[in-house]
Amino acid sequence: MTEQLASIAPLAPSAAAAAPRRRRLWARVLRRPAGALALLWIALVVGGAVLADVVAPYGPLDQDLSSSFAGPGGAHLLGADQLGRDVLSRILHGGQVSLLAVAQAVTVFVVVGTLTGLVAGYRGGRTDRVLMWLCDVALAIPLVVTLLVVLAVFSRNETAAMLTFGFLASAGLGRVVRAAAMTVRSDDYVLAAEVAGLRAHQVVARHVLPRVLPPVLVQASLLACSALLVESGINYLGLGVQPPTPSWGGLVTDASAAIASHPWLLVPSGGVIVLTALAFGVLGDVVRDVSADRSDTAPTSWRQLRTRVRRTTPADAKAHATADVAGKETDAADAKIDAVLELRGLRVLHEGTALVDDVDLRVAPGEVVGLVGESGCGKTLTLSALLRLLPPGLVLEAERLEIDGADALDLTERRMAALRGSAVAFVPQEPVAGLDPSFTVRAQLREVVRLRDGGNRAATDVRVRELLEQVQLPDADRVLASYPHELSGGMAQRVAIARALAGRPRVLLADEPTTALDVTVQAEILALLRDLRERTGLAIVIVTHDWGVVAELCDRAVVMYAGRVVEEGTVLDLFDHPAHPYTRALMAANPTGAAFRERLRSIPGQVPSPRERSSACAFADRCERRESDCTSTPVALVLTAGPTTGSTGAVGDRRVRCLHPVTGASPTKPATGPSTDQKGEYADAAR
Amino acid sequence: MHLLVLRRIAWSLPSLGIVSALTFVLASLTPGDAARVVLGTNTDPAAYDRVRDQLGLDQPLWSQYGDWLVGAFQGDLGQSLFTGEPVLDIIGARLGVTLTLILSATVLAALVGVTLGLVGAVRGGIAGRVTDGLAMLGMAVPTFWLGLLLILLFATRLGWFPATGFVPFAVDPAGWVRSFTLPVLALSVGGIATIAKQTRGAVLDAMATEHVRALRANGVPDRRIVLTHCLKNAAVPVTTVVGLVMIGLLGGTILVEQVFALPGLGQLAVSATLSHDLPVLVGVVTVYTLVVLGSNLLTDLGYAWLSPRVEVSR
Repeated sequence: MTEQLASIAPLAPSAAAAAPRRRRLWARVLRRPAGALALLWIALVVGGAVLADVVAPYGPLDQDLSSSFAGPGGAHLLGADQLGRDVLSRILHGGQVSLLAVAQAVTVFVVVGTLTGLVAGYRGGRTDRVLMWLCDVALAIPLVVTLLVVLAVFSRNETAAMLTFGFLASAGLGRVVRAAAMTVRSDDYVLAAEVAGLRAHQVVARHVLPRVLPPVLVQASLLACSALLVESGINYLGLGVQPPTPSWGGLVTDASAAIASHPWLLVPSGGVIVLTALAFGVLGDVVRDVSADRSDTAPTSWRQLRTRVRRTTPADAKAHATADVAGKETDAADAKIDAVLELRGLRVLHEGTALVDDVDLRVAPGEVVGLVGESGCGKTLTLSALLRLLPPGLVLEAERLEIDGADALDLTERRMAALRGSAVAFVPQEPVAGLDPSFTVRAQLREVVRLRDGGNRAATDVRVRELLEQVQLPDADRVLASYPHELSGGMAQRVAIARALAGRPRVLLADEPTTALDVTVQAEILALLRDLRERTGLAIVIVTHDWGVVAELCDRAVVMYAGRVVEEGTVLDLFDHPAHPYTRALMAANPTGAAFRERLRSIPGQVPSPRERSSACAFADRCERRESDCTSTPVALVLTAGPTTGSTGAVGDRRVRCLHPVTGASPTKPATGPSTDQKGEYADAAR
Repeated sequence: MHLLVLRRIAWSLPSLGIVSALTFVLASLTPGDAARVVLGTNTDPAAYDRVRDQLGLDQPLWSQYGDWLVGAFQGDLGQSLFTGEPVLDIIGARLGVTLTLILSATVLAALVGVTLGLVGAVRGGIAGRVTDGLAMLGMAVPTFWLGLLLILLFATRLGWFPATGFVPFAVDPAGWVRSFTLPVLALSVGGIATIAKQTRGAVLDAMATEHVRALRANGVPDRRIVLTHCLKNAAVPVTTVVGLVMIGLLGGTILVEQVFALPGLGQLAVSATLSHDLPVLVGVVTVYTLVVLGSNLLTDLGYAWLSPRVEVSR
């Protein structure tokens, strides 16, 4: 038993680390200026109230008619009321009433709410249902008017009212804690602790409680804020403590009696309530912020979503160490070739670190290009850069980005938006999530058609149907009336393609459009894309990690690793003679390409993080063919004559970034000699 | 849709029963029963017994509650201990003022709050921080104190609005609007703050979704994405918080009616509390609970209207 527990201990992050975690939470709260200020103010008012008898300059009831309505300053720091009583002293003493009431409400709130939530979340089943139903009932009780009943029944007993307030409000906390407890409970280490024989209350105390603590603290702070407002309201109405005993709400009542003649009195009396309530509220917010795992890519405004663009020159490119040393052709021949999409010298930067470096891409009309590589190699970032739509915080640098003849680096945000959809369009990876869940397919297709064509509703609907025919969606009426969640993945992806086609684009960018789909549906979508290319001359750039997709659809493939292009060429060339060891390894690791009972070969190690990359080969650490110069010499992407095409300067150029490229046949190439339709064969082998 | 409404009503009936029973039991705990309250300084034992009999206080508690419940279903919530007027009549005469306050403040809070939240989410930077700051401040300001400040500025100093008092709509529509302006303003500030904050968060969440990325990538203009797609997707959490704000306003009406001397239910509740007039108080609690349940029902209907997935998941 003890041994078992010992073996579990390292798995449980909260067990041993609970105390330091809690301390760290407070340390993090204090490090925020807002958190520190809020805590300081709360400490001040609590301290002032506790020590009121010592620190207050006057007694709370001391009258001095000669200083009636004395202004602030002088003998009375915050002035004096009608009877000449010192306002500061009354605030300090009134704090005893108000803050005690808040403490009472918060205590009941935390104890009852946490217990309810833990029991409901941990026991589940019927207990959970009954408790949550009771919470529903409690939340339907109008709070303040119920407090009036309590005050009427218990003859203005403020404690009874605040305990009731905390009790009724705890239903809200119960829900929050329950939700947190349920997620913790399903965590592996908690399950492991249960299996190891820890009793329920031990598991709760050791593992669950520390994890629900932050939400409890947040809710308790926010409740303290509203409890203070309610308490001062009760005293403002004269239903709480009786005059002349001071309370913060009562001080506002006193001030309101002289509102026209001496408005100053409203300032300290209301001010202390506002500041203290604000401090509780801010504290809750800060605790929530520091305890939440916020991803830094989440935008904090729409403006932040706009991608920052910088144009660079070839000279700039030479300036960074990672740029090519020599042999990079910027031949004049390139410019003459008709391209619908041309990208040169792309860098995607995050706080100065290049996530994507030195990527060139050029797509001819009607050409299908695959971007291939492992996760995190920069394929999707490259695709996003083509649209000028990088995740927030990233910077786009390029020498040139031309889309259908337009210089996309120069366009205003508005003109760029007009280019998207009309010259270049996008198909997302997740078909259903890529469509707005709140609108029908009809509404979403009409929206883009109206945007492109204008026109009346009848013309729009004709075009919508035409688009659905183009993507071969049968049963158009049903699909049009559906919401995205009512569609299958394949149907949703066809709708997404139809939407992309609405503006008659010349290039379609597709981010792993088949990854989320069933195999049979994948084949259908690929067939559709191929068909669209053949019928309309659409060029396609497709991001994928599946060599089957490349073989089936693409004319050319660009293999990326660690943010750089390592090899590119026509698909036939690549399959026949993969030159870069990474390309070979990637082909050998392709699960759909493996023969029956053949062991899949994984690539040992992992993609180096952007910070660790140098201008030397990024793949060297994982490479079977590594030699001593691989880790020291910068490697350029160099043109090699393609063994089958032998052409240079054309779109089909073969380029490799390797000091010791492989010469020889492909690992997936069948042993038999070349057939007439090699591509089809590779596709079959890759299925 | 009809089924949803019926189910929600059926679901909320037990809540109403429990709330009224709890208040009833609570009310019966009053030290020195209602008969003593009615008699005041009269200590004649015969009179005491007579009043107890009249009020049904000699019956067991459950039977008293049963009688009250049966009466409630027939529209009889008992009589005021003091004036002897039917509670329902007293409430009916004052319901209009309170409902006007609640509904106008909710609408104002929703309109201004959503606009502020949207601006904060779109502009970010300073505008975002100002929205956040104002939202925090708005939640911390006591309604009654704000009401007093408004009176000080707009009534006492500038004289634009009456400081207190109520003009019936039938007598003077313009005066009616003027008498409600400051109270509604004071009442809605907390709600504006809460709704602005929630809207900003929900719109930012919507902006980070895959489908917004796809819309941008296919050239739908920014303005349309934000105002149509982000806003509609943010609508469900925003509706939730608007419902909560409306419920929260109930407590605020009690204070605001006191500050501005408006003859509403809140004022009635306060005077009933001070005078221990429990039948009136129980009646007010019941009406307020009905408003809460009504607000929850509206919220649910809002969900069903806004989000196509709600009905499916039920």
